[in-house]
Parts: sequence; C-alpha cells; structure tokens
Amino acid sequence: MNDQPFAVEMRGVNKWFGTFHVLKDIDLQVARGERIVICGPSGSGKSTLVRCINRLEEHQEGDIVVDGIALTNDLKNIDQIRSEVGMVFQSFNLFPHLTVLENCTLAPIWVRKLPKMEADKLAMSLLERVKIPEQAEKYPGQLSGGQQQRVAIARALAMQPRIMLFDEPTSALDPEMIKEVLDVMVDLAESGMTMLCVTHEMGFARQVADRIIFMDEGEIVEQNAPEEFFNNPQNDRTKLFLSQILAH
Amino acid sequence: MDDQTRSASQWAPKESRPPPVSATGIAGWLRANLFSSWLNTGLTLLSLLLIYYSVPPFLDWAILSATFEGASREDCDMAGACWPIVGVRWKQLIYGFYPEVEHWRAVLAFALLLVALYFGLYDKAPGRKYGLWFVCAYPFIAYGLLYGGFGGLEYVESPKWGGLLLTLAMGVTGIAVSIPFGIVLALGRRSDLPAISMLCAVFIEFIRGVPLVTLLFFGNVMLPLFLPEGMNIDNYLRVVIAVCLFASAYMAEVIRGGLQAIPKGQYEAAAALGLGYWRMMAFIILPQALRISIPGIVNTSIGLYKDTTLVSLVGLFDLLGMARAINADAKWMGLEIELYAFIAILFFITCFAMSRYSLWLEQRLARGERR
Repeated sequence: MNDQPFAVEMRGVNKWFGTFHVLKDIDLQVARGERIVICGPSGSGKSTLVRCINRLEEHQEGDIVVDGIALTNDLKNIDQIRSEVGMVFQSFNLFPHLTVLENCTLAPIWVRKLPKMEADKLAMSLLERVKIPEQAEKYPGQLSGGQQQRVAIARALAMQPRIMLFDEPTSALDPEMIKEVLDVMVDLAESGMTMLCVTHEMGFARQVADRIIFMDEGEIVEQNAPEEFFNNPQNDRTKLFLSQILAH
Repeated sequence: MDDQTRSASQWAPKESRPPPVSATGIAGWLRANLFSSWLNTGLTLLSLLLIYYSVPPFLDWAILSATFEGASREDCDMAGACWPIVGVRWKQLIYGFYPEVEHWRAVLAFALLLVALYFGLYDKAPGRKYGLWFVCAYPFIAYGLLYGGFGGLEYVESPKWGGLLLTLAMGVTGIAVSIPFGIVLALGRRSDLPAISMLCAVFIEFIRGVPLVTLLFFGNVMLPLFLPEGMNIDNYLRVVIAVCLFASAYMAEVIRGGLQAIPKGQYEAAAALGLGYWRMMAFIILPQALRISIPGIVNTSIGLYKDTTLVSLVGLFDLLGMARAINADAKWMGLEIELYAFIAILFFITCFAMSRYSLWLEQRLARGERR
C-alpha cells in the first residue's frame, strides 16, 4: 500500500446533486506530503470535491483511490479510508456533550482500539501542539471559535491520519482568531502532512502550498505552484477571481 | 462641573446607597409581582376571590367536618368527607386481592424498585457499576417475587394483583420497555433502508391511530380467540404488552423529534472520524437527542402511567378498578369522591416525582454546555 505513488488519486470523477452537475470530469493526483490549496468562487464544487475523498459525498462516476484503497461502496474500504483521512469543518462540529479531551479520545479508543491511558496521553500531546492543553476538561461551548477549531484539528490528528482535509476552516471565525488557527495549520504543513485545504486565505496559500487549484463551475480551471499562480495566471477566469480577492 | 473636577483630581467611586424602600421588602415584592399593572391588579383580586370561594369549603369538607373514625358508611354524618372508607379498605387499594400473608413480597419488590431507581437514575450513586447490573436483574427479581411459584414462594396468579401494586407494575414495566423500544423504532424510522423505515413507520402510525382502549380489548378479548385451543396467555401479560406497544409508538415519535434536532455536522464529524453507524448513534447522536427529548419522554411516561387506569375497563383491578369495586359494596356506596381523592393523591405523588426528576436531569445535563 505504501508504495502507492499518490496519497489521493481522482480519475474522471463526476457528481450530480439531483440534476445539478457539481463535479465535472475531475482528474487530480496528490503526492504524499503534498500541500494543496483549493480556491474558487462559492458553488464551484471545491467543498464537494474534498468531501468526496472521505465519502461524506458519494461520487457517481469515475475512480477515487485514497492511500491505495479504492473508494467503492464497500463499507470496509470506506471505514478504512475514513480512519486514514482527518477532516476539519468550517463549523467545527465538535461534540458539544463531550469535553475537549473526550472529543479527542473517542475515535482513537473506539476505532483505533487504543487503551484509554494512551489515548489520553496522545490527545494531551496534540492539545499541546495546538496550544490549548489547559482547556482539556472544558466543554466546546465554553471555548472561543478559534479554540474550538484548534480542538477540531487536534481531534482529527488524534486518529493519526496520513491525509488531512480542511473545508474552509477559518471562514466562520472572527478576524482576530483566524491567525491562531492558521498558525496551527502552518505548523502541521511543515511537519510533512499531506493536506488538501479549501480556503480563501491567500497568504497561507502562498506560504505553505505546493500547488494551488482554482475551480469554477465544477471544473478544475487552473492549477499551479503559488508563485506562478499568483504572478502569472493563465486563464481569464483565474485572473478575474484573483483580481477580485486580491484587490483590497 | 462636578464630574470633571473629580476626574481631573483624584477619582474615587461614589458611595453605594441602599435601594429605595419601594423596591425592597414586602411592599416592593407585592408591587413587582402582584400589582405591577391594572391588568395584574385585576388578576390578583380575581385569584383572591377564587381562593376565598374554593379553599375554605374544601378544607371544611376534607378536614373540619370530615369523619375519620368508623366501620361503615353509617358512622359518617355526611356533613363532610367520610374517610373511614380509605382507612378500612386501604389494603385493597394498595395490594388488590394479593393474599395478605404474601404482602411482604409486594413490599419487598417495591423497596427493591427504589434501590433500582436510585442506581438507574442517579449517575453519581456509589458503586453504580454494580448497581446497574442490579437494575438489569430487577425486572426478573420483581416478577419472580410477585408471581412466585418457586423456592417455597406460593404462586399468586395475576388476577389477584390489584390496586397500586398493579398500577405500579404496569407503569414501571411500560416505561422501562417503551424507552428502549422507542429508540429502536425511532432509529428504524429514520433508517436508510426503505424496508426497515417503512416497517417502523407502519407500526408507529397503526398504534398511534388506534385508541389504547381498543388495543386493550384486542389483547384481552380478541387475542384468545385467535390463539390455538389450550394456549393461554396470562391476563396481565396480555394487557401489559398492549400498554408497552402503545407507549413505544409514542416514545418513538418523541425521540425521533430529538434525532431530527441534531445538526447534520454531528453525523458528518462522527463519520469522518471513522465511527460506524452504531457507535455514531451510541456515543454522538443518541446522547444529544435523548437529552433534548427528556421533557417529551417524561411527558409520555406520565401520560402512560395514568393511562394504565384504562385497564379497569377490561376487568383488571388497578387503582381505579379497585375503587370502583369498593364502591359497588353496599356498605360503602356513594363514597366515590373520597376514594378518588385518595387515588388522586397517590397518582400526584408519583407523577410529580417524575416531573421533578426530569427537571433535575435537564439542569444536570445542561451543565457545561451553555453557550
């Protein structure tokens, strides 16, 4: 499995919501350790693309291979992929009835079968990594948005995933909290994690991305290394998008 | 200006003064709570009038003019309540026709019920880990005690059960069975598998579409006609099954409401972590959904508990049935009100306890989750 060259491979992926064609012939290869930022206007299908990778959305045509495992209707494969792929959501989606620590240990204990002691230790080390170990016994509702999102990152990391998906992780945050979350993500990127981030934080993209993908109308319009992407966009649609988000 | 001179030189906070008299004390309370507006003043006076016309006559009937001693109706002067009927017949109201020498078995079952409730409902009970095993064993212990027929315990067939004993047995069984069944039905109705969701929906809609009395008559009168010759299900069992089915359907809908209130993101986050359906439900979805459903669950439980009085229509002597039987006795005829008042008190105690427990539980579970 580990000699698979790609962390994620999508070939000819198509998806419809009812009659609406959200993903059109997506071909994408993500190398191990590669950091990809996906951007594009709303409704362009970028979230759906990321959500197809761990089967939160089901694609109707084409092949998706994650970490050497083919994503099919086989529940066993889906479970295996989900335990290898961590995900961070725009709205955090922490479990409000569990403490921060319990949020981070539940899946390791019940899916990875880690003994509770070890799971606690792992969770605490991750909470330290996202710089909120002192909040471990609190409930999510008692934390600020930025803290909640950092807990969500720690929770995903607690499964020791090989790939991390971020679906607009800073879009629901107040401006002064965005930085604390991005800092954690930069730290994670520097550790060599394979990452796919849907985000509009272009500073972050410039700093850590190996490749930026621009999507519109369900298609990958353009993809390139950050320098090329920002300084020398090829497609008119990309130019328009960049002029709009970088204008101010 | 005074303020400016103060801020320019040394600033010190103003001395705190006590609030005006009109805002504190009895006068303040009365003004704020009873006479805050013309409408409230009117309502206060109206309430006082209602209390004046209803409470003294009731106290006069229940206590001042009531008769407390006596052996039959003749001893009462009928100016007020005739309480001897309760004093003489209370054992029947509590135990029905359960043989008097075996009453200790019912008392023991009730005492053990309190122990089971303590462990089952109070999450900080010491030794709860073992207590929960006792809770699981309790139904078998209790029914073993009540039915008997082994180890020297005399067999007491269910038609002899009655009064509060029967009411409690049906109520507790109904509530204890209907919550887990309700959860299963609610999950089933929301299942992605059409066969399962359809089956659950049909069951729920059928049961909810039929009055409980109909189910009771069906269980009690018609079911035996369908069973093969010689096969006989216990009378009590038939009725209790009908009650459980009925309550499960209602519970299912209450719990389904709770499930629907859980945001989609919770399912997605659980799925993204690799939790399968059952673990997702057990650890993430149900704990939150059940918490939201507590008021509805308790509401349904109280309703079910009181609905068990309908079994008096199919010949069981629960509290209500027992009262009617006592009233049919020539010696005590015409004293329904005293008996019903006594029964009302018994029902009120149990229902009020349930309602208080639900409030306590809600507050307890809400701790730490306030946003």
